[in-house]
Amino acid sequence: MPNRAETLLQAIREVDIPPVTLMEVCGTHTMAIAKAGLKPLLAPKVTLLSGPGCPVCVTPARDIDACLRLCERDDVILTSYGDMLRVPGSVRGDSLLRQSAMGADVRMVYSPMDAVEIARENPAKKVVFLGVGFETTAPGTAIAVRTAKDAGIGNFYLLPLLKRLEPALRALCANDALAVDGLLCPGHVASILGEDGFAYVAKELKLPAVIAGFEREDILLAVYRLLLQIQAHAPKVENAYPRAVQKAGNPLAMAVMDAVFTPCDSLWRGMGMIPMSGYALREAYADFDAVRALDLRFTEEPPTACRCGDVIRGMLPPEKCPLFGTCTPEEPLGPCMVSGEGACAARYKYGVDV
Amino acid sequence: MLDHGSGGKKSAALVSEIFLPAFSNAALDTLGDGAVMAGADRLVMSTDSFVIAPRFFPGGDIGKLSVCGTVNDVCMAGGEPKYLSLGLILEEGLEVDELQSIAASIAMAAGEAGVHIVTGDTKVVERGKGDGVYINTAGVGFLRHAGLSPARMREGDAVIVSGAIGDHGTAVMLCRKDLGIQSSLCSDCAPLTGMCKALAAFGSDVRVLRDPTRGGVATALNEFVEGTGLCIELMEDDIPIREEVRAGCDLLGLDPLYCANEGKLIAVVAAERAEAVLSAIQNAPYGENAAIIGRVSARSAGRVLLHTGIAGTRMLTKLTGAALPRIC
Amino acid sequence: MCLAIPLKLISIDGAAAVGEAAGLTRPVRVDFIKQPKIGDYVIVHAGFAIERLDAKQAEESLSAWREVADAE
Repeated sequence: MPNRAETLLQAIREVDIPPVTLMEVCGTHTMAIAKAGLKPLLAPKVTLLSGPGCPVCVTPARDIDACLRLCERDDVILTSYGDMLRVPGSVRGDSLLRQSAMGADVRMVYSPMDAVEIARENPAKKVVFLGVGFETTAPGTAIAVRTAKDAGIGNFYLLPLLKRLEPALRALCANDALAVDGLLCPGHVASILGEDGFAYVAKELKLPAVIAGFEREDILLAVYRLLLQIQAHAPKVENAYPRAVQKAGNPLAMAVMDAVFTPCDSLWRGMGMIPMSGYALREAYADFDAVRALDLRFTEEPPTACRCGDVIRGMLPPEKCPLFGTCTPEEPLGPCMVSGEGACAARYKYGVDV
Repeated sequence: MLDHGSGGKKSAALVSEIFLPAFSNAALDTLGDGAVMAGADRLVMSTDSFVIAPRFFPGGDIGKLSVCGTVNDVCMAGGEPKYLSLGLILEEGLEVDELQSIAASIAMAAGEAGVHIVTGDTKVVERGKGDGVYINTAGVGFLRHAGLSPARMREGDAVIVSGAIGDHGTAVMLCRKDLGIQSSLCSDCAPLTGMCKALAAFGSDVRVLRDPTRGGVATALNEFVEGTGLCIELMEDDIPIREEVRAGCDLLGLDPLYCANEGKLIAVVAAERAEAVLSAIQNAPYGENAAIIGRVSARSAGRVLLHTGIAGTRMLTKLTGAALPRIC
Repeated sequence: MCLAIPLKLISIDGAAAVGEAAGLTRPVRVDFIKQPKIGDYVIVHAGFAIERLDAKQAEESLSAWREVADAE
């Protein structure tokens, strides 16, 4: 008897529609798809594009530069998720990993609460947490700030680099050339925002949307549902990850997020400034804002010939970017190369889509 | 506690109180400037330095690692390890108890591997100039298994791994206290001398051996096929991985195929002897979970392919940079 | 974008809980879980439980697959 994944694959192949292009907007989906080797299994019927789904990869060089300058201060301990350590600033080869190797106090944490703990243990130091992430990560980051405030841990500071998915998706879709037939929605963002949080995708962007989990079968099921929607010409939002996503999302998480953060304009690597696509700390938490408390200055984002914005939209094959080859997995410049399974990194490492 | 600038007398005390009792053997006990040992026709030699943090980890410590690492490298080159040199760089302030326990585990690992520590050196550096303990070992072995080389691989050969993969890298990552994770997972750190003795009997039917340390199985296999016209195709479902390793890697966003091993080997062997070699490995110390995980083919020159459970294909490249925990 | 794995809650003290998988344990904050109970499975991201895993829904997503299989 064929297993679940084989059954789904067969069903996908049998949906009677011309070839389609689907976009996943979650780095963990990108990784899961690569790990399971799904792309060659789905081709040529389904082409999977990797959208701007990795919050680390879309952190612009100027923000990294600001972090690198913070490293130079003797009174600062920088805390960060492991992902951020390798991301390059505007000076080639410079990263938090390199600064750490050269003696800067950079500490890897698994949770924002770990950073609060480090602040508690080091009262004489200013402990800065690099708060990257999308809506999945923002609520926990909010709890960390609130905990620091409630416990009077005045030496904990957040550098808010959080991103909001909706404005970025709207910006992507505002481009007529976007050749995408459906959207694989990120399951864990949806755990927070709920099925309702993606209603705009179908209603306003007119794109079929299915919330997907992260097992290979979850992804295949979501692809299958997307094909059925495309076939029926009836875009809607479906939840193919109901074991972890409720219709209204997680109200407790959203409440804390809203109490601590407010949307603000934000700069994306490869995509430029997107209105209301980031989170700033609300006035009540201003004392914990690393930008204000440590007087961080951001320089202009250095000009770049990077075409990741077009690669993400599926308008340009990675090898046609003028930086391809200069920009490499070892010394990446654009987000699609920073991400280990990003479109450019995959093309560079594998030569072909595998 | 060690202090810097301790003169010859204190250094001599380290040797006579810690190292000699731990490592005593005829060659070392003379305390000459060099050791004189019995030799062989052809020798194998290898050296490695060890700077691991943390120094003590579940399943071993920097001492055990410094013996197994070099011993296994000698084994992979077809040698039967016989002699080790031991160079220690100690940071001022290191507790003598700690040094004692590192010496004890060096002695125990050397005993198990059947090697003598015949010469050594100790330097104490200023506080802040070293990370507690750095160790360099060099190993000399007698050649028992000649001709091991990736150049001997042929289409159809089988790829065998001697046990569950990723234990060391995952265990060391999980025991970092900054990640706040508790687990009972142990490093696989172990000498492969017994296993390699059994493999030597298969002569040229064993094409090549490698211990997949840093960069893991994926990186080691890439080194085999690099620059050749051959391809290695792995079957994902056949690769032995412990549940704890899988869970730890899932939690931290790591991939067991890229996590270090310190007591495993990969053998490429002639297809017709694959089952016999497999059972020889399974009957050797540390080999009970050995498995055939793939084949050598001509499908895609110089590449390592992984066939996933659902007939998908994933290309495995070498590890670039250090494997870091991820949240996205 | 958001790596998260299911852990089973094995102890709870206010918002500070401990999650377990395959013998591995890690502190987990349960601020976002209504009335967390020992034995609950939660999806954990960056040290926070972001949602309780719904056993009934897990069943139903299995049956959603069966529909696909039956349609064959």
